[in-house]
Amino acid sequence: MSEEDYYLELCERPVQFEKANPVNCVFFDEANKQVFAVRSGGATGVVVKGPDDRNPISFRMDDKGEVKCIKFSLENKILAVQRTSKTVDFCNFIPDNSQLEYTQECKTKNANILGFCWTSSTEIVFITDQGIEFYQVLPEKRTLKLLKSHNINVNWYMYCPESAVILLSTTVLENVLQPFYFRAGTMSKLPKFEIELPAAPKSTKLSLSERDIAMATIYGQLYVLFLRHHSRTSNSTGAEVVLYHLPREGACKKMHILKLNRTGKFALNVVDNLVVVHHQDTETSVIFDIKLRGEFDGTVTFHHPVLPARSIQPYQIPMAGPAAVTSQSPVPCKLYSSSWIVFQPDIIISASQGYLWNLQVKLEPIVKLLPDKGRLMDFLLQRKECKMVILSVCSQMLSEADRATLPVIATVFDKLNHEYKKYLDAEQSYTAAAEAGQSRSNPLLKRLVRTQAVLDQSDVYTHVLSPFVEKKEMPHKFVIAVLMEYIRSLNQFQIAVQHYLHELVIKTLVQHNLFYTLHQFLQYHVLSDSKPLACLLLSLESFYPPAHQLSLDMLKRLSTANDEIVEVLLSKHQVLAALRFIRGIGGHDNISARKFLDAAKQTEDNMLFYTIFRFFEQRNQRLRGSPNFTPGEHCEEHVAFFKQVFGDQALMRPTTF
Amino acid sequence: MAAATAGAGAGAWAAQEKQFPPALLSFFIYNPRFGPREGEEENKILFYHPNEVEKNEKIRNVGLCEAIVQFTRTFSPSKPAKSLHTQKNRQFFNEPEENFWMVMVVRNPIIEKQSKDGKPIVEYQEEELLDKVYSSVLQQCYSMYKLFNGTFLKAMEDGGVKLLKERLEKFFHRYLQTLHLQSCDLLDIFGGISFFPLDKMTYLKIQSFINRMEESLNIVKYTAFLYNDQLIWSGLEQDDMRILYKYLTTSLFPRHIEPELAGRDSPIRAEMPGNLQHYGRFLTGPLNLNDPEAKCRFPKIFVNTDDTYEELHLIVYKAMSAAVCFMIDASIQLTLDFCRRLDSIVGPQLTVLASDICEQFNINKRMSGSEKEPQFKFIYFNHMNLAEKSTIHMRKTPSVSLTSVHPDLMKILGDINSDFTRVDEDEEIIVKAMSDYWVVGKKSDQRELYVILNQKNANLIEVNEEVKKLCATQFNNIFFLD
Repeated sequence: MSEEDYYLELCERPVQFEKANPVNCVFFDEANKQVFAVRSGGATGVVVKGPDDRNPISFRMDDKGEVKCIKFSLENKILAVQRTSKTVDFCNFIPDNSQLEYTQECKTKNANILGFCWTSSTEIVFITDQGIEFYQVLPEKRTLKLLKSHNINVNWYMYCPESAVILLSTTVLENVLQPFYFRAGTMSKLPKFEIELPAAPKSTKLSLSERDIAMATIYGQLYVLFLRHHSRTSNSTGAEVVLYHLPREGACKKMHILKLNRTGKFALNVVDNLVVVHHQDTETSVIFDIKLRGEFDGTVTFHHPVLPARSIQPYQIPMAGPAAVTSQSPVPCKLYSSSWIVFQPDIIISASQGYLWNLQVKLEPIVKLLPDKGRLMDFLLQRKECKMVILSVCSQMLSEADRATLPVIATVFDKLNHEYKKYLDAEQSYTAAAEAGQSRSNPLLKRLVRTQAVLDQSDVYTHVLSPFVEKKEMPHKFVIAVLMEYIRSLNQFQIAVQHYLHELVIKTLVQHNLFYTLHQFLQYHVLSDSKPLACLLLSLESFYPPAHQLSLDMLKRLSTANDEIVEVLLSKHQVLAALRFIRGIGGHDNISARKFLDAAKQTEDNMLFYTIFRFFEQRNQRLRGSPNFTPGEHCEEHVAFFKQVFGDQALMRPTTF
Repeated sequence: MAAATAGAGAGAWAAQEKQFPPALLSFFIYNPRFGPREGEEENKILFYHPNEVEKNEKIRNVGLCEAIVQFTRTFSPSKPAKSLHTQKNRQFFNEPEENFWMVMVVRNPIIEKQSKDGKPIVEYQEEELLDKVYSSVLQQCYSMYKLFNGTFLKAMEDGGVKLLKERLEKFFHRYLQTLHLQSCDLLDIFGGISFFPLDKMTYLKIQSFINRMEESLNIVKYTAFLYNDQLIWSGLEQDDMRILYKYLTTSLFPRHIEPELAGRDSPIRAEMPGNLQHYGRFLTGPLNLNDPEAKCRFPKIFVNTDDTYEELHLIVYKAMSAAVCFMIDASIQLTLDFCRRLDSIVGPQLTVLASDICEQFNINKRMSGSEKEPQFKFIYFNHMNLAEKSTIHMRKTPSVSLTSVHPDLMKILGDINSDFTRVDEDEEIIVKAMSDYWVVGKKSDQRELYVILNQKNANLIEVNEEVKKLCATQFNNIFFLD
């Protein structure tokens, strides 16, 4: 299998840490995505590495017993360490604050602390087997203040830092889940819900395992993912992932079922809004996209893997350190190892090897694996880094070798423009609201985000259509059909077509002498009126005489191009027509007499010159009470010419009052 | 068929008068090079109608035309005589290909009066016929022949005079019967194309449809699309489309109108292939696709005869009011399988498209408001795109084109047109006609507009204002000088 076939990969630059061993304990904090390597209980050093910061934090702390859990608050302000089942120790990492440790014991008597989660830089939640306690840490006073608590029997808990929701497992079967939501010093209890466990013989008592639950944000919504090893209803034996939507308000609802069609050991990740399901037995993974069309049975939507199962791309562990000899080749990393631990959303940790990777989706290989272009577009348009891939898909479908049929091309364009139109609409309402001064007062007004899925006309023109038109080997019929299809699609979504697209159409038609086709397009106003287009048409007149008429019509419709119309007519020596036109629109008092007289003289038609001259004499009379031209009009030479041809007496006499 | 009612366009009959419209007296085609020597004159004649005419008279008539053309050439070498006026008839000459002459002789309209002693007096109306109208009709005869047979020269190359004579005989024998000389008018001069008004989006949909069809049927060379007998798209060049359009709208479509008007249960419709998925059917080619014996023979047409000289099959396929012409290289053998494939691909999509167009058309019509019967009627023609619009003419029928105005007014229109032809510049002519009628002709660049107004006691200024208003409402999106 070549590299182009793998659509999942481990990030190139993993976070490297000291392997877990009897003296070195490794912890992972899901909130800050930091790995803690704690040697000898901290006495010989703690090294903290995050994914973004390449400079690890290292410090020492006294060995006061086995560390059960260790986490920084957000922004690395305060360190919390749990060493006993009753207490958590704190240590400030804020400059000018005392670094002496201080301790908080859980309030509930006889309770055991299962763990703790930071919800902000100074707020922490203790989860005990009898409930949760929400504290504010006051680092300068080195004390904690209880903000709120709630009593409930807890089997296990789960924290989703992105949405600040803690999920508690309650009841004997462990399958009733109680979510809490934390925000700015408040703790709110959300409606609890029950996970449907698979039907099982009465003798075996099945309970919900923490391992089979995950929480992740997908397309901006929080979901609880439940890995159900045996389908409840259907007789299919495969496992499935059930997605419960957990809204901020309202009850949790079962929404999607991802059919895995296999059994065994699974692990879940969420990458770029895709649910990735790893299968250890086959050492492959599949991906699901809940936005792609699935089978809806009235309550839930069933999804199948978007693509055939593939392994994560093989990964070579570089021989790190200066000791490494150059001749030593990198060692292949064992993928899907049983020592892997998977965290949400996209983290894979190999504690035994000392690596933390982010899982990534590669879009290029998917292009080949998803032959249905419509579905491929639906898929790509939802991905973060999709722009270049989509553009290359578009270019490819127009290439000689992989040429798609027009209906497929139309579908792809429609999907692009659907996204594009959504953005344009959002932009418009945003601008409108901003103009009305609501931007600050209206919190509902979302900030305008332009994702990579927004491919505007300029993108498509530059990267797809312009190079496509340049290709000599393309039959021109196909080229024009594609351009028209794109224009049709834009029109269908009521997007104003940019003139450079029209120019591209005209250029192509002119190159192939398809003037009559061009004429028909203009006749039905397929190519929208604009001054640049009208000028382009004018320039075509020598090849195709009707272009003159088309151009004048267009200038007329624009209604802002009256000067241009006059210029065009004068250049054609249609002086009288120009004058009649300007008079028709009431602009004849402001035109330059010299310009018209020049043009009239050039025609060498004396009668025409006479008519034009007389017209301006009359205008002078009307405006200034005298038929004479003023020196500012620079018409001396024309007056002389008039006298020479028609005689002095032909000049209009001033009417006196 | 040929016995179209006399005086169809001749207005009320005076009590003691009988009117006879213009009629075709003879029509012949000759080439003076084919019988230059005495005694061989008969060889010049390639076609002669009526055929019953005695040989020597044929030779005499051809000789006379030859002489006239030759004689007048002395005065105007570049523009030989186009017509010859006599008391009883008018002769029109046309040389469509070098040395090939077509002559049409039309009898002037006649008024037959009863004299006091009861004897009929025949009066020829020498000034009634318009040269330009009938010259155009003659040119059209050639264009139509060429569309279905190619050039004279090509026939000569293919099979000599014998083949040419056969083709001429075969074609004109039938075609001349369909000439309706009594109802020819200005529109024959224009030979225009009526375009179907359409919004941009629907037009783009049609474009998209045509491109897809050409792609899936991959052998199609050109496509034309019509709706309601009006053109929307032509892949053919303008001149070829012009004559094809004429054929479609005056011959092919009218012939097929009856089965469409017939109800679903009528026996005519029962003969058509029962198809529940769509309304598509072939107007040329096989009638019934389910009949394995069905013949896949399509009319052949010749286009671009000036350069590439292409011979094509003409497939006309129609669903409801939408008709598509697919033109395919004649060297390709068309099979029943192909026809079935075409039917299955085009039929359903064309049906949907036709109803889309219909719907859009009705929306547009409603938006433009309820149109009251305006006080004026007009004919518009644009030489650049051959666009023609007439509110004077009723729907074309295969036999006659009905006009809603008096023939005298039609004649004024023709006269104004002749005036326009004489000069290059834009101009405007206003004519006061009988009984409160005004006729206005305007020419701006390549466009011509003829308006007939009927307003009691109107004066020149008012008429001018009316026409300005008309231009502002009907032609506001084009550059039309006033």
